[in-house]
Amino acid sequence: MLSNTQSYADSPDGTGDRPVATPIVEMSGISISFPGVKALQNVAFRLFPGEVHSLMGENGAGKSTLIKALTGVYTIDSGSIRVAGNDVLFSGPGEAQNAGIATVYQEVNLVTNLTVAENIMLGREPRRFGMIDWRAMRKHSRKVLADLNLDIDPGSLLESHSIAVQQLVAIARAVDINAQVLVLDEPTSSLDAREVGELFTIIRKIRDSGVAILFVSHFLDQVYEISDRLTVLRNGELVSEHLVHDLPRIDLISKMIGKDLAALDELEEGTKREATERVSGGAFLHAEGVGKTGSIKPYDLEIHPGEVVGLAGLLGSGRTELARLLYGADKNDSGAITIKGEPVKLRSPRIALDNKIAFASEDRKAEGLIGDLTVRANIVLAMQSERGWLRQIPRKQQDELAEKYIKALDIRPTNPEALVRNLSGGNQQKVLLARWLITEPKLLILDEPTRGIDIGAKAQIQKLVASLSDEGMAVVYISAELEEVLRLSHRIGIMRDRVKIAEIVNQGVTVNDIMETIAAEAGQPA
Amino acid sequence: MTTTLQPAIGPEAPSKKRSLKRFERYSPIAATVVLLIVMLAFGGIRYDNFLSGQALLDLFNKNSYLFVLAIGMTFVILTGGIDLSVGAVMAMGTVIAAQLLSKGWSPALVIPVVLVISTVLGLLVGLMIDKFKIQPFIATLAAMFLARGLSLMITDRQIAITDTFFQKMNLTHINLWETTTNTRRGVRVSDVYTTWSVVIALLILVIAFVVLHYTRFGRTVYAIGGGESSANLMGLAVARTKISVYAISGLCSGLAGILYSFYTASGDPIVGVGYELNAIAAVVIGGTLLAGGAGYVLGSVLGVITLSVIYAYKDFDGGLNTGWTRVMIGALVLLFIVLQRVLVARRK
Amino acid sequence: MKHVLSNRLIWPALVLVALLLANLAFNHSFFNIRLQNGNLFGPLVDILRNAAPVVLVALGMTLVIATRGIDLSVGAVAAISGSWASMHIISSGDPSSVRVVLTAVGVALLMALVAGAWNGFLVSVLGIQPIVATLVLMTAGRGLAQIITSEKILYPDNSPAYKLIGGGYLLAVPFSILLAGIIFGLTAILTRRTALGTLIEAVGVNPEASRLAGIRSRSIIWIVYLFAGLLAGLAGLMLTSNSTSADPNSIGLFIELDAILAVVIGGTSLAGGRFSLAGTLIGAFIIEAMNTFVIQAISARATDVFKACVVIAVMILQSPQARAMVTGAFRGRKRAVVVPAGSVVSPGSAAISAPAPATPDTADGHTAATSDSILTKSSGTTS
Repeated sequence: MLSNTQSYADSPDGTGDRPVATPIVEMSGISISFPGVKALQNVAFRLFPGEVHSLMGENGAGKSTLIKALTGVYTIDSGSIRVAGNDVLFSGPGEAQNAGIATVYQEVNLVTNLTVAENIMLGREPRRFGMIDWRAMRKHSRKVLADLNLDIDPGSLLESHSIAVQQLVAIARAVDINAQVLVLDEPTSSLDAREVGELFTIIRKIRDSGVAILFVSHFLDQVYEISDRLTVLRNGELVSEHLVHDLPRIDLISKMIGKDLAALDELEEGTKREATERVSGGAFLHAEGVGKTGSIKPYDLEIHPGEVVGLAGLLGSGRTELARLLYGADKNDSGAITIKGEPVKLRSPRIALDNKIAFASEDRKAEGLIGDLTVRANIVLAMQSERGWLRQIPRKQQDELAEKYIKALDIRPTNPEALVRNLSGGNQQKVLLARWLITEPKLLILDEPTRGIDIGAKAQIQKLVASLSDEGMAVVYISAELEEVLRLSHRIGIMRDRVKIAEIVNQGVTVNDIMETIAAEAGQPA
Repeated sequence: MTTTLQPAIGPEAPSKKRSLKRFERYSPIAATVVLLIVMLAFGGIRYDNFLSGQALLDLFNKNSYLFVLAIGMTFVILTGGIDLSVGAVMAMGTVIAAQLLSKGWSPALVIPVVLVISTVLGLLVGLMIDKFKIQPFIATLAAMFLARGLSLMITDRQIAITDTFFQKMNLTHINLWETTTNTRRGVRVSDVYTTWSVVIALLILVIAFVVLHYTRFGRTVYAIGGGESSANLMGLAVARTKISVYAISGLCSGLAGILYSFYTASGDPIVGVGYELNAIAAVVIGGTLLAGGAGYVLGSVLGVITLSVIYAYKDFDGGLNTGWTRVMIGALVLLFIVLQRVLVARRK
Repeated sequence: MKHVLSNRLIWPALVLVALLLANLAFNHSFFNIRLQNGNLFGPLVDILRNAAPVVLVALGMTLVIATRGIDLSVGAVAAISGSWASMHIISSGDPSSVRVVLTAVGVALLMALVAGAWNGFLVSVLGIQPIVATLVLMTAGRGLAQIITSEKILYPDNSPAYKLIGGGYLLAVPFSILLAGIIFGLTAILTRRTALGTLIEAVGVNPEASRLAGIRSRSIIWIVYLFAGLLAGLAGLMLTSNSTSADPNSIGLFIELDAILAVVIGGTSLAGGRFSLAGTLIGAFIIEAMNTFVIQAISARATDVFKACVVIAVMILQSPQARAMVTGAFRGRKRAVVVPAGSVVSPGSAAISAPAPATPDTADGHTAATSDSILTKSSGTTS
């Protein structure tokens, strides 16, 4: 697995004049599994002092799991972790912290109801005569903040500050406990450009003082701006480790996405779409400048009956956020939507449903299925909520619908009374699709419908989407697998960093074209 | 080393606004103070002697046990929990004390025994909540049944306490100053007094305040209320603290039982039914968030005084239906809950 | 046989049978039912009759709990409706008039509905957490009842029509038992013949997925609180009609606790989701049978202690952590071989994990290492 990585003799880049360092963190052979999932398999990872090292990978790659293994939140099943040359086995975040590993999570893991000073020093408050010395605490915090060039009142409540400032306070806490390793898990996901710039200034300052920084972000521009080294994970396995300047963006993207689709291609020859534009008659849905502050920049979209519009982009590029706006799962704060020429305010999923829009979320478990209910109940749920609670769909009709879709979509087990939570991922996805198909939607929004399911079910779902669009249904199709988007879509919107950067008609387009568009540096024409 | 430091991030607002923001956290407690002043003024206008020294002190004298209950409850609610067992544990305290005293035990032994038993009960509740992840309300509900049931098994009727120490605590007044009132028969001089129970309650208040604000344990209590998983990720002693707050609440309930048996010179297994609601109401009216993480033990004391004022209305106005006191308490609780929702919503 | 054992109701039912047999051991005429003056009498009839108000309240509570809620105010609502009906009947001057009683019942139930609507408003519209929202009415409700009765204890005992609800007989059977049975049937129809039951379960299992499926959870939640209020009001009528006095301080005191206990014993989880009305029914009978047993075998004073022990036992049995601990203890020796000593479960890591995904099936089939990892990891798996 490590064969294609850089030689270990390389000195960490970015601080060139420092002597060759030994890694402060060395993880090897790390495996972790959860019931039914192998989250990490035999992964190796190393981190040098004085470098910013980015961990890259798409959904399910194992980034979070690896971080949580390092920070003591998860216990590893096998493998070893060495910190500063010593074997360690953490049984809680406290122990990892004591070993000099501090973590700043995406959702700031501080307590916002207390003051900035306390958040920096909680658990290590200076005491006089056994009592907390508040004056000393504020003084010390002010110094810590000043060292990072931050002008924040240590006596103010953390919740009175923006997420960006909270993020910086979390970093200040980490610096103050003399962390040798600072883990930053998507610290920039809710910051604007200016805030990111200021955060990076501070990260560099900390790095230059010799701290090893593990950085995770979905934003490629940021990764290339701040990192010295990259490790790429995919599907719980290590792909490779590189110095940043050795790895062009296009290669990084292809490593993250992977190219293990040959098998599927063979299976799928029959459904290759005729790549023509399908614009007949009026649009079903027209969205103009639809956006939501902090979530997605204004987006124009037009979709016609019988058309599949693909959304391509990396994780965090805004594709899910757009889908949620189109379904009313989140409310847009800019732009307008018309359906068949009529202006519509999609304030709730229910309104979208009434307008014959359906949305299958990428997070089947949390946002899709009702795990403790039966396959039948899940299949008829949306139709039932359309009818209201008083008019129950007659049991006979429920059984017929369930049976019909279990057969049509080849759902296993075929027992409609099985609990959905006991089904495999692919079958759960089909149940979710069945729920929406029963409502006979005019627009079907599918967010990662084939993620984490086996290849057979994947092919079935793709075929289904193709035939639905042939029957006149409009489909928005989101997938991290570019081949899949290319295979199914008539038009493709390409997104990066929450902005639509291109919209292309799917004629003679290749995966490489899309990847190059995504990889183009911000500011350059796509 | 080459980075040029840009203008730092911080609140853009000038420092004056910042200092105002600092006080925003006291706004619920300010609301309580205003409410209390209005209620006292209303009583003063409506009833004679409502604002006399003795009447004001009686707000404390008559409810010393409620102060202690509310202080214990504050710890629990600050962590985001709730303790429904406090009234029953208090009753258990009175019964155990009365029973042991009637068997000839010395008060010097009885009081520690009561406190230890109630603390251990709270500790067990805390362990259930922490180790088995049982919701606090159901775990403390079980404790309520248990404490009430144990009291009833000891005795199903009131036991009078004849012990001289308890009698003394019952009857001794601590005279503070003299006051003169004009009556038809001339000028009457009387002492304005308080009781030892109030002194004990105030002592507990001071201890609670110091613990909550000047110890790591206290700050961990707040941190858990602010976000249990965050507190955990920060490496704080979450489990130990969570268990401890229920033990503290148990201890306070036991002590409230002792104070109550001072007050009534008896042990009674059915006393304190619904006191958990009063304690919770006092904490909420005192500005503590029921979700935890924000509030002050001083606020809870103000909350108890507010309840005491409502009871004083009833004492001063014989025609007032007791029902109104409950309705007023309920209305105040609602008012503060809605206020909390508004404040929390505005912060987001 | 396997099918029978997998039924969720089998364990509560077995407990109930065991309790009844235990009662029989102390009282050999326990199962005797005799006809006296054309009416049924006997210890079993008493148990059913005593359980009737709890059954009513618990049915409403079941639906509330299934939506992840709780209604602490049911006892106070019972006090309001019972007090109002008694007051109206006494002050009407014609307590035996059926029309007066019908008006009293009608208005009392309307008040209970208003109370339920109030709770539903606080929970579903204002978004206040249920335990807090219903606490308001729990505190104020008894006050309202006291205001209604002017703090008097009422004696509505010269109204045969009112007496019928809780203490009368119809066709040889105590009317309260019939009424509870009818309400049970209606609740079953309401939840299973309409889509209400499914939608309640959907909202309770996964509120966000339900929202995305287009369910109007606000109205569903409102309905369950209305229903809980109505049934609490009916229970209040039953309680005041059966006793000769109506004291607003004691009508339905602690009935919310018995109701919650009945629901939990009946297999409906406090975390919401799937509910079982039949389980709740059995749960209410278990509580009454246990009370009868404790009164016979020990003393009436011991019933609370027993109840406490049952609550604790049931909650611990339902706790995944406790199951995992038991599993871990059985596998202790094996695990020590497989897993390095340092990685034993720490309180810290256990505390972070959300209610762990340790389902009962971890007890069989898995290797020791797997069961250990379930203990130490939280449920999140993706990065």
